[in-house]
Amino acid sequence: MGNLPSILTPDFGLLFWMLVSFLVVFLLLAKFGFPAIIKAVEERKNFIDESLSKARQANEKLAGIQAESEKILREAREQQAQIIKEAMATRDGIIQDARDKAQLEGRNLLDEAKKQIEAEKEVALRDIRTQVADLSVQIAEKVIRQQLLHDDEQEKFIARMLEDVK
Amino acid sequence: MRIRNFSVFLRSQKDVFVKEVYPGMSIFRHIAVALLLLLCIPCGANASTEGTEEPINVQEIIFDHMSDAYEWHLWGHTHISLPVIVKHHEGGWEVFSSARFHESADGTYNGFYIDHERKDKIYERGYEDRPWDLSITKDVLQIWINIAVMLLIFIPCARWYARRRAEGDHSAPKGFRGAVEMLTMYIHDDVIKACIGEKHYRRYAPYLLTVFFFIFVTNLMGLIPIFPGGSNVTGNLSITLLLAVGTFLLVNIFGNKEYWKEILWPDVPMMMKCPVPLMPVVEIIGIFTKPFALMMRLFANMFGGHTVILSLTCLIFITFKVSIGMGSSMTVVSFLMLIFMNCLELLVAFLQAYVFTMLSSVYIGLAHPEHHHAK
Repeated sequence: MGNLPSILTPDFGLLFWMLVSFLVVFLLLAKFGFPAIIKAVEERKNFIDESLSKARQANEKLAGIQAESEKILREAREQQAQIIKEAMATRDGIIQDARDKAQLEGRNLLDEAKKQIEAEKEVALRDIRTQVADLSVQIAEKVIRQQLLHDDEQEKFIARMLEDVK
Repeated sequence: MRIRNFSVFLRSQKDVFVKEVYPGMSIFRHIAVALLLLLCIPCGANASTEGTEEPINVQEIIFDHMSDAYEWHLWGHTHISLPVIVKHHEGGWEVFSSARFHESADGTYNGFYIDHERKDKIYERGYEDRPWDLSITKDVLQIWINIAVMLLIFIPCARWYARRRAEGDHSAPKGFRGAVEMLTMYIHDDVIKACIGEKHYRRYAPYLLTVFFFIFVTNLMGLIPIFPGGSNVTGNLSITLLLAVGTFLLVNIFGNKEYWKEILWPDVPMMMKCPVPLMPVVEIIGIFTKPFALMMRLFANMFGGHTVILSLTCLIFITFKVSIGMGSSMTVVSFLMLIFMNCLELLVAFLQAYVFTMLSSVYIGLAHPEHHHAK
């Protein structure tokens, strides 16, 4: 030991002061130094992680909202198309109905008219027939009356009568 | 040529530093440049102070520079006298300035003198053994300066974080604080947490961080050749002994049952431990060799680095004794070598602090072995 240089031989005074100084700096830094830095860094890490997960959630939510809005839009469009289709069908139906009805009505009217015309015709025919019969009777009367006078006049008369009748 | 080389070197050094260590760290960059500048001073500064006639005793110069002392040599014959605190063998403490030793012809003050034959320590006249000596020596003052530097770096930094946290502001710091945070979290996450394990590291983190930054700051301060630095603290066995004892105590006090079982009754074939406890003996020796290796590694690395730097400086004066021409050419060579060595020492300063912290963490992690068996 005697020949060794002093840096190789532990010295009590140096050991003592080193111990005291090291304990002081250790206690000070362990209390006021490192924990604050480490805590701050760890909190920052947590904050960043949290922010990231929040952002991810928000993104997911946004994507959900977008999908939903798209779905709603699509549904609305489908409904619109459906309504338009239905409306068109209804319109077509109404028009068809109206047309059918009108046709029916028209046919009915026509039939009625035909019937009436038929009836009128019947009446008129009957009327004519009676009138013709009457006329015929009258003519026949007159003819018969004239015949009895002379033939010439008789013929002239009949012609005139017929002319009249026409 | 010297100046150009130096500026080129500085620029490249700066680039490396800025690119690899931390971008946008302007204060730190200036400090680094200032440190590098200071490192190059001893070549010129010591030239005028050395005597020219006596032969140069390199070993003596080196040990003189690296040993603890009762005064802090500044330049020429200027010293800072430091307080001496000693106890008389008959009892009673004495506190006086080390300048008192120069006042009398034989260097004695109140019976105390510095014995140059016995490692320049204080002895009391008439006694062979050392008195109780709690003097504030050069190394003690250097430790205090280093501690002041550490507190000045970390306490304002931590206060800044606390203030920001109180405001709910989570933004990351910039500049110097960013560098401090980066280094702290690097050691905390990649060394302490990684080596001890997720479960137990929290308890040891403040101590190990203190150890790391103490060694790192002390190593760097030791590289500054003039006053607020330059004292060889981590290259002194007392200091590394204490740091190693710290690790030793943490490992063995907080080691769990599994750890002691692995030492006293390890999982090996019975013949290895039963009649002759071979493995337990090896393991018990291992308890002591681990911190011993820690102590020697840090000491030897710092001691070696300082020795090489001082030897290269001495080389200039030795060759000047041979001839002016040889001295001049050797100055250039030495100068370049010194720059290289100082850069290497910057690396070693970090590396040794890192290795000490990492191995301490590994040993502490090994003292909590339950999760290795839990699978």
